[in-house]
Amino acid sequence: MILLPNTSFIILKKFILRVGGACLVLFAATTLTFITLQLAPGDPVTAILGGSANPTPETIKEIRTEYGLDKRLIVQYALHIWHVLSGHLGSSFSQHMPVKDVLWQQAPPTLKLMLSSLLLAWGFAILSVTLSAKKPLFDSAFSSLETFFAGLPQFWIGIILLWLFAYQLGLLPPAGTHGFSSLILPSLSLAIPLGGFLAQVMRESFKTTLDQPFVLTARARGLSDTAVRFRHVLRHALLPGVSLSTWAIGALVGNAVAVEFIFSRQGLGRQLFLAVSMHDMPLVTGIILFISVIYVIASFLADTLYVIIDPRIQEARA
Amino acid sequence: MSATNSLPLSLKPSPRLWLPGSQHIGLTLAFLYLTILILAAIAPHFLTHGNPYGIAPREAFTAPCWQHPLGTDQSGRDMWTRLIFGARSSLVIGIGSILLALCVALSLAIPGAFGGPFAEQCVKWVFEILFSFPTVVLALLLTALFSSGTFPLIVAVGIGAAPGYGRMLFGQFLTIRHAGFIEAARSLGHSPAQILTRHLIPNAFRPLLIAGAMGIGQTIIWASSLSFLGLGAPPPAAEWGTMLAMGRDYIAEAWWITFFPGVAIVLTMLATTTLGRFLKNRFETTTS
Repeated sequence: MILLPNTSFIILKKFILRVGGACLVLFAATTLTFITLQLAPGDPVTAILGGSANPTPETIKEIRTEYGLDKRLIVQYALHIWHVLSGHLGSSFSQHMPVKDVLWQQAPPTLKLMLSSLLLAWGFAILSVTLSAKKPLFDSAFSSLETFFAGLPQFWIGIILLWLFAYQLGLLPPAGTHGFSSLILPSLSLAIPLGGFLAQVMRESFKTTLDQPFVLTARARGLSDTAVRFRHVLRHALLPGVSLSTWAIGALVGNAVAVEFIFSRQGLGRQLFLAVSMHDMPLVTGIILFISVIYVIASFLADTLYVIIDPRIQEARA
Repeated sequence: MSATNSLPLSLKPSPRLWLPGSQHIGLTLAFLYLTILILAAIAPHFLTHGNPYGIAPREAFTAPCWQHPLGTDQSGRDMWTRLIFGARSSLVIGIGSILLALCVALSLAIPGAFGGPFAEQCVKWVFEILFSFPTVVLALLLTALFSSGTFPLIVAVGIGAAPGYGRMLFGQFLTIRHAGFIEAARSLGHSPAQILTRHLIPNAFRPLLIAGAMGIGQTIIWASSLSFLGLGAPPPAAEWGTMLAMGRDYIAEAWWITFFPGVAIVLTMLATTTLGRFLKNRFETTTS
């Protein structure tokens, strides 16, 4: 393809729009967090003081001044946005340490968990769909299995797996954050419903692709059924799965809350839940910003992957 | 088999016809389960004689047996009775939040699709923002806002689920915006309000019904995962998510306290999905 001078402008324009949209998303996430936490009942002062009994009115007043909670709401909001823009996430009310350190500590376990469950889910979806679509008996059996998987609540699978593998069979540790063996059960409980869901979506387009003329051509060239499925049809079936993966990452973060609780894992989900219930504004903002950044990166990656898998899209868009 | 299927000419029965044999069984089972569920929600005493809150400490942690088919919990309360009584709140939460979600979705999608290019762009941005903000996190913040209980749970799940439906409806409205019947109504001199109430909403009703039927199971799962985290009705309540959460502490010795509420949630999800899929196949004319 000859790169016309016009094309690079279009790419630049798209890039700017993309970055602008991402900034808008991050700004909105910060604002939304601020508003909700302001509306929520309760007082951040109790979170700052921790469990210490009956603070005097003077102490409360001192703390309000120290953390800027005595200023007018609009001033607080402006300061809040300014701090976030200048990269100061502040320090957590409840943990008494910088938000950056909390993120640094809690993010890796959650990222590991998300990555391993995404891989497991994709592995299951690809194998299940490719090996069974439009094969008599297998197709309906696996498609029912996928519906069943997609309908399982993560926290319930978590508990059942915990009961079976940790307490009954004693094969895997029931709790903990470190080591590969402690990652298996939590990722499975996130991956099973997600895998079922991805497979359901991919199966539809896998089946329609199998009816396409180019599949007949490939067969006529003498390719085996397995080769046709993996080399020609799978690529088409991947697309809806890829576009769902952005959504899936958002859902994984949310579902990680319950799973991290069940397996007593360190992680962002659990920390976010605790921070919200303790009105720890800086920490909540920090975690939500971090999640939004991951989401923005993921949606960018998904779009890029989309073009790599289906080059026709680039031509259609440019 | 696959070779004949890949020919351009295929003789498939029209999707409007009745389903093939194997799907009959699933549908019948789903109907049966939903009938029992609705019966349990309306008249729980019809299915059980016990009291869901009657404590019997001596019978605590009884494994499933003749007297207690699903066992008893840590206070000796019969699990079957509690599950039956929990059906009402689960159905109310599921249906209530899906209705709320569809209302919010409609009120975003309609102005977005018919309010001019500026509104369209704004609504697109709103969806983008709501999507980057994980649904469960949104629900978490909302429940923190209203404290815990059944009603806040409905609001949280409803608003959390709204962007998904909103985007779907928005897309559908954009495609029918220039459909013949809308243009015809406009050229006949109907006001936008008339077009909306007489043409658009009736036409959107069927896809809404299908989306709602498919979504009830999902909202019940979301609600139960929030009440699992302690954001729903507080502990003694006979609510599936709360019951499941209570059983977590006794999982090593009494698996049935956690297992059966989960089974109830999963079966409800499967039944509503089966029903929704049937409605979809039967009423939605898709061109593939």
